[in-house]
Amino acid sequence: MIEFDIHKRLHGAQGKMPLHITLTIKEGDFVALSGKSGSGKTTLLRIFAGLEDATGRIKVHNKVWLGVNRSLPVQKREIGFVFQDYALFENMSVEKNLLFVNNDKKLAQHLLELTELNELKERYPSSLSGGQKQRVSICRALMKRPKILLLDEPLSALDPAMRTKLQNELLLLHKEFGTTTIMVSHDPSEIYRLANRVIVLENGCIINDGSPKEILVRTQGSQKFSFEGELLEIKKIDVIYVAIVAIGQQLVEVVVSSDEAKNLQIGDSINLSTKAFVPLISQT
Amino acid sequence: MSYEPFFISFKLAALTAFILFCLALPLAWYLSQTKSRIKPFLEALTALPIVLPPSVLGFYLLWALSYNSPIGHFFEESFDIKLVFSFTGLVVASCFYSLPFMVQPLQNGFESINKNMLEASYIAGKSRLQTIFSVALPNMKPAVITAIIITFAHTVGEFGVVLMVGGSIPGETKVASVAIYEMVENMDYTIAHIYSAIMVGISFIVLLSVYLFNARQNRRFGL
Repeated sequence: MIEFDIHKRLHGAQGKMPLHITLTIKEGDFVALSGKSGSGKTTLLRIFAGLEDATGRIKVHNKVWLGVNRSLPVQKREIGFVFQDYALFENMSVEKNLLFVNNDKKLAQHLLELTELNELKERYPSSLSGGQKQRVSICRALMKRPKILLLDEPLSALDPAMRTKLQNELLLLHKEFGTTTIMVSHDPSEIYRLANRVIVLENGCIINDGSPKEILVRTQGSQKFSFEGELLEIKKIDVIYVAIVAIGQQLVEVVVSSDEAKNLQIGDSINLSTKAFVPLISQT
Repeated sequence: MSYEPFFISFKLAALTAFILFCLALPLAWYLSQTKSRIKPFLEALTALPIVLPPSVLGFYLLWALSYNSPIGHFFEESFDIKLVFSFTGLVVASCFYSLPFMVQPLQNGFESINKNMLEASYIAGKSRLQTIFSVALPNMKPAVITAIIITFAHTVGEFGVVLMVGGSIPGETKVASVAIYEMVENMDYTIAHIYSAIMVGISFIVLLSVYLFNARQNRRFGL
């Protein structure tokens, strides 16, 4: 059981902002931290790791990590941390990066095989691709067999195919090592696939906490399909209006009535939903 | 013609570079990591020798290190070390004179290291000292080489401070730059020419090697 009750004053984009988080996490959970940038997600992770100070209390498996006049140094907290920018040791080969953390050749070999990096173990980080670097970084974080794995947007810089591959590997490693994992992520499909709990932060507070299905599936009432998107353009074609809406990486055209068209402005954030129709699903 | 002044110059420069590296390393690390309000004051203080006339620095050092000052008195009474008009005094003076040339490249080097890389090392359970020697320094070799070579070269090139604190004792404190000054004063232009040409040649080779090394390092890391 991980118990969390921390305060910190942050200097955010909109001036000063208090960060106040109270939270308990079960052992073995895979928790996704979500929310707009600047909401305090990364800071929360860094406080947990001991990289930033805060007031309050952190208790992990009945051991106090942060208390009154007491803060366990980062070196003694049993965590693995994966940085968004990988942060590999540039002066060491892939294998040395792992062995620097813990000189356990067998474990290093095992992790490199699991992540298909064995062929690259003599290479230096500067010659690796983004996906390869991130895998090394994940392996490195697991070298101490940490009880807690913290991931700060680990896959955000990768292309979709590589993301899916690494998501599978993350899930595999989470299960094999039995870690409690906390991951900062913005990608709903990633969260849905990996996490069993989502915590949404806004302005330094938790505004939503539940299962991915409860929080991410945005249909209400009898809605069958519901998407959030950005209105890019409204065109008048003969007597009808056509709106171009960006949903994620996709653009769609929707017919809107003239009344609706009047109330909409380019750049608006909109919700697009339909009721009672049968979607066609086919493989691409 | 004796080459002794050159040997003294290089001995002085090598010793100064070595001692300063050890002393400046913790200072440069502290300056690169701290967010404290005293940082600008410390930075200004370390940079002072760049802007002060060597005579000012020489005068204060002479005043502080002589037998009449508590520091000079203490060293002479306790360790029998004379800090003015001696080689030891020259080393002490050079350490002050060349301090910024060691601290600034090292500080820039530490600041250029990805903070997350250092944090990854702490998370791996490594102490600050292990992190500096295993992660930070190996990733800033150009900065380390620049700091050491420039300090060395700058110490070889000093004149005013050396003259004031060391005088011109043949075989002990008469360094190359002072020797050249004396040759010119005695209108011995032939030897002054030879000495000066040697200084130009050596300085150029030293600087060229730094730039060549850094260019090669940058190519290797694809910068």
